[in-house]
Amino acid sequence: MARLQLNGQIKEVDVPGDTPLLWVLRDELGMTGTKFGCGMALCGACTVHMDGSPIRACITAVSAADGHAITTIEGVEADRVGRAVQKAWVENNVAQCGYCQAGQIMSAVSLLKATPAPNERQIDEAMSGNICRCGTYPRIRAAIKQAAGDLAKGGK
Amino acid sequence: MRNDDSIQAPDLSRRGFLQGTLLGTLSLAVGANGVIGVIGVIGRAHADDDAPKKYGADSMPGGTVSDPLVFVSIGADGTVTIVAHRAEMGTGVRTSLPMVVADEMEANWDRVKVVQAEANETRYGNQNVDGSRSVRHFLMPMRRVGAAARQMLEAAAAARWAVPVGEVRAQRHEVVHLPTGRRLPYGELAADAARQPVPADGTLKLKTPDQFRYIGKDRVRMVDLEAIGKGQATYGMDVRLPGMVYAVVARPPVVGGKARAVRAEKALAIPGVLKVVEIPPFSGAPAFQPLGGVAVVARNTWAAMQGRAALEIDWDDGPNAGYDSAAYRGTLEAAARKPGKVVRNEGDAPAAWNKSAEAQRYAAEYYVPHLAHASMEPPVATVRVSGKSAEVWTSIQNPVAAQTAVAKRLKLEPKDVRVNVLLLGGGFGRKSKPDFVDEAAIVAQAMPGTPVKLVWTREDDIHHDYLHTVSVERLEAVVGKDGRPQTWLHRSAAPTIGSLFTQGAKGQQLFESGMSAINMPYRIPNVRVETAEVEAHARIGWFRSVANIPHAFAAQCFIAELAHRAGKDHKQFALDLIGPARKIDPRTMADTWNYTESPERYPYDTGRLRDVIEAAARGARWGRKLPRGHGLGLAFCYSFMSYTATVVEVAVNDKGEVQVVAVDMAMDCGPQINPERIRAQMEGGAIMGLSLALTSEISFEKGRVKQSNFHDYEVLRHHASPRVIRTHLVNGSHDTPPGGVGEPPVPPVAPALCNAIFAATGKRIRSLPVRTVA
Repeated sequence: MARLQLNGQIKEVDVPGDTPLLWVLRDELGMTGTKFGCGMALCGACTVHMDGSPIRACITAVSAADGHAITTIEGVEADRVGRAVQKAWVENNVAQCGYCQAGQIMSAVSLLKATPAPNERQIDEAMSGNICRCGTYPRIRAAIKQAAGDLAKGGK
Repeated sequence: MRNDDSIQAPDLSRRGFLQGTLLGTLSLAVGANGVIGVIGVIGRAHADDDAPKKYGADSMPGGTVSDPLVFVSIGADGTVTIVAHRAEMGTGVRTSLPMVVADEMEANWDRVKVVQAEANETRYGNQNVDGSRSVRHFLMPMRRVGAAARQMLEAAAAARWAVPVGEVRAQRHEVVHLPTGRRLPYGELAADAARQPVPADGTLKLKTPDQFRYIGKDRVRMVDLEAIGKGQATYGMDVRLPGMVYAVVARPPVVGGKARAVRAEKALAIPGVLKVVEIPPFSGAPAFQPLGGVAVVARNTWAAMQGRAALEIDWDDGPNAGYDSAAYRGTLEAAARKPGKVVRNEGDAPAAWNKSAEAQRYAAEYYVPHLAHASMEPPVATVRVSGKSAEVWTSIQNPVAAQTAVAKRLKLEPKDVRVNVLLLGGGFGRKSKPDFVDEAAIVAQAMPGTPVKLVWTREDDIHHDYLHTVSVERLEAVVGKDGRPQTWLHRSAAPTIGSLFTQGAKGQQLFESGMSAINMPYRIPNVRVETAEVEAHARIGWFRSVANIPHAFAAQCFIAELAHRAGKDHKQFALDLIGPARKIDPRTMADTWNYTESPERYPYDTGRLRDVIEAAARGARWGRKLPRGHGLGLAFCYSFMSYTATVVEVAVNDKGEVQVVAVDMAMDCGPQINPERIRAQMEGGAIMGLSLALTSEISFEKGRVKQSNFHDYEVLRHHASPRVIRTHLVNGSHDTPPGGVGEPPVPPVAPALCNAIFAATGKRIRSLPVRTVA
C-alpha cells in the first residue's frame, strides 16, 4: 500500500512497492496524461514533479514516492508557472502529435521555477532529456522564452 | 475510457445532416485488397495494362467521397459537426480537412466540433494516412462537401423566405437575404436544409481563393492543441475500458524465428499475471502478420512486463539467424559494383564510361543504414471480442487495414469489426501496418468479452520495427571538359519493401526507384538507372519519405561533388544541370509510377524546383563569407508532388563535432491550406532529417537488432537541435494541384548537411550517420 499526495489529493494504491509510479498513475489511477515512452528514463515522456523537482515516473518506484508531493500534467494548471507554460505552448502551436508534450511541459515548468530567466545553455540542460520525435524543439524553446517573459511581466 | 468528445467516433445511428435525419443506408464492403498488399502502391507498381488507368485518390481503396450528408451535421443550436475521416499523427490533418469544409460552408470555426471517423472507407473514402496524401487527395472533395452544405443551407433559406436563391448568401454561420437584410442562423435552417437535394457536382459553386476565410489564413489552431497541453488528449496508449487487461509479447528475436519450447510457470507466478497466450509464427512473406511468440496477460502493464521477463523460451532463430549488417554492407557494395536491372536508359552510359579516360571518370558510393521510426508512442492496440463481433481502439494510420486483419483473424465480416481511431503519438509510416492490432486480436480471442490492451515497449519497437531499408547507392559520371557530366549512372542496392509481400523479392520496385532515382531531371545525354537484386533479412517498411532518403542523399551529394570537381558554385552548377523552367512528363524519364498521380496533372516542373532552390539559397544568404569552421550545404528534392530545397549551415570544431547552426528550408507544395502546420512539418522534417543524418542507425548481429532503446538508438535532442530553422513557402497558387507536406521536407536534409560539412572541412562523408567528422 502506497499513499501518494497527488496533485494535492491523497491517493492510496495497493500495488507492490517496486511498481513504477508511471504504471500506478496510468493503470491504477487512470491518469493517462503522463506518458510511457521508453521505460528507462531516456525520453522524458513520463516526467512528473516530486516535491517540485522533475523525476521520471517510469523508473521511480511507487514506494519512493510514498509520502511525497507528486504533481502531474493534470495538476500543473493549478500553478502560475504551469499556466504560463501551457499558454505559451498553445500560442506557439508547439505540438505536432503531442505525445511527448506533457513531459516537455513538466520539464519546462520545473526549469522556470528554478531559473526564471533561463539562457540557451540552461534550456538545453533542462530539456535535453525530453525527446520529441516530431521535431518541435525550436517551438519548445520559443515557448519557454515566452513563458519566462510573461511570468517576468507578472502574468498569472 | 475517458469521456472525451474530441476523440469519440461519430455514432452512426444518431448522426444526421441535421438532427433527426437518418443518413442513407450504411453499406460496408470489404476492400478490394486483402490484408496482404493492402497498400496500393505495391499493387500498382505492376498493374495490368488492360484496365483504364486510375490516378491519385481514384486509385486508392474507397476513392473519395464528397457527400455532405456523410461529413456534416448541424445541430439546432447551430453546432456544426464535421467528420475527420483521416487519422491524426501530428500533421494537423484532423484540423485541416474539417477546416476546409468549414471554410467552404461559411461555418464559424468556433461553432465547429470535429469528430473522428471509425474505419469505413466505403462511407468516407480512403482512410490510409500514408504517402503524404491527405490534403493532396481530399482538398477538393472536402471543398465540395462544404460547398454543397452551403448551397443546401442557402436553398433552405430561400424556400423559407420564398425568394430566388440568387438573392441569398450564406456567410458566417447564417444565411442573409441580400435585398432585405433578413437573416437566418444555420441552426434554424438545419432541418429544412436536410430536406434539400444534395447539389450535383456540376452545380457546385466553389469559393474563389480570395473568398477563403480559413484556408491559407492561419486563423485556426489544431483542435487538440489545448487538450494536449493539459494531458487530456487521448492516444491509443490511453484507452481505458471496464475490466480491461494488459498484454505484452515476447517475440522471436530474429525475423522468421519461432519458439521451440516455452516454460511459463515462473511468469504465471508473478502477482497480477493472468494468462499466457501463444502468438503463432507467420507463414510466407511477413506482410502485416504478427511475428509470433508468447503474450503475457496481466491486470496491469507492469505485471505483464514482469511476467514476460520471467518467461523461459528456447528460440529457433530460423533462416535470418546469420544477418549481420557489417557483412551485409559488403554484399550491397558488391551488388552495386556490377550491372543491375536497368530501369531507365537513354544513350549509352556504360559504353561512354568504358571509352572514357580515367581522368574523366568520377564515381562515388553512399551508404544509409536501417532506421527505426521510434514514434514516441510505441505501437499499442486494444481489442474486445464479443461473440460475433469485435471492437478495436487503436492509433493507426490505416484503420481499414486493422479492420481487415482483425476480421480475418477472428473469421468475422469486416462490418462486424468496429475500429475506433484515436490520436497517434507519431506514426512516420510504422503505424501503417496493423500487425500489432492483429496481435491484440489473437490475445482477445483467447479472453472473450475482456478488452485486451496490447502494449509494445520501446525495446519491442526498436527490435521489431518494419525498418527503413539499408542501401548502397553507386553513382558514376563521365565528366566533360566543361566539368559537366556526360553520363549519369545511378545504381541502387537495397532490399525492397516488396519483400514484405512476396517472399524472396529482390530489387527495388518502380515505386521505390520512382522516389528520386529514376525521375532524375538533369540535362545529361547518357542516363542509366539500375537496381541491384539483393535479399531482405529484416522486415522492410515505409519510413517518412521512404526511398527518397537514400536516393536523394546519394544524388544530391554527388552533384555537389561534381560541382566541386568542376570548380563551380554548387548552386549554379545544379541550376545549369536542371536547365530552364519546363514541365517534364515523368514517363519520358521511365517513371510510369509518379506517386500514382496523373502525369499530365502532375508533371515534373523544373521551374518550381528552381524556385525553391533560389528561395532556400536566398534565405541562407548563399555565397556569404562564413566564420572559420562553418560551411553551407545545399540539397533539393522533388517528392510526393512537392518541391523542397534545404540549405544547412554547420560549424565543425577541431574535435570534429558537428553543430547545426541553421537550416533554411523552402517548399512548394502547391496550395497552402494551413501554412502554419506546413511550416511545422518543415521544421519537424528538418529535425528528423538531421536525426537520421547525424545519429540514428539500426544494425544487426546474429540476426538480431543490436539497439534497444534511446541510449543506443540515438535521435536528435534539444541540445543538438538547430536554434534557427527558417521556412520559406513558395508559390502557393490554387491553380497548381496540391502536393504532399508530411514527407517532402525530410530527403534534402542529410545531403545538405554533408555538403555543408564538406564546405566547412573539405571532408566528404558518404556514409550515414555522420556522428563526428573524423
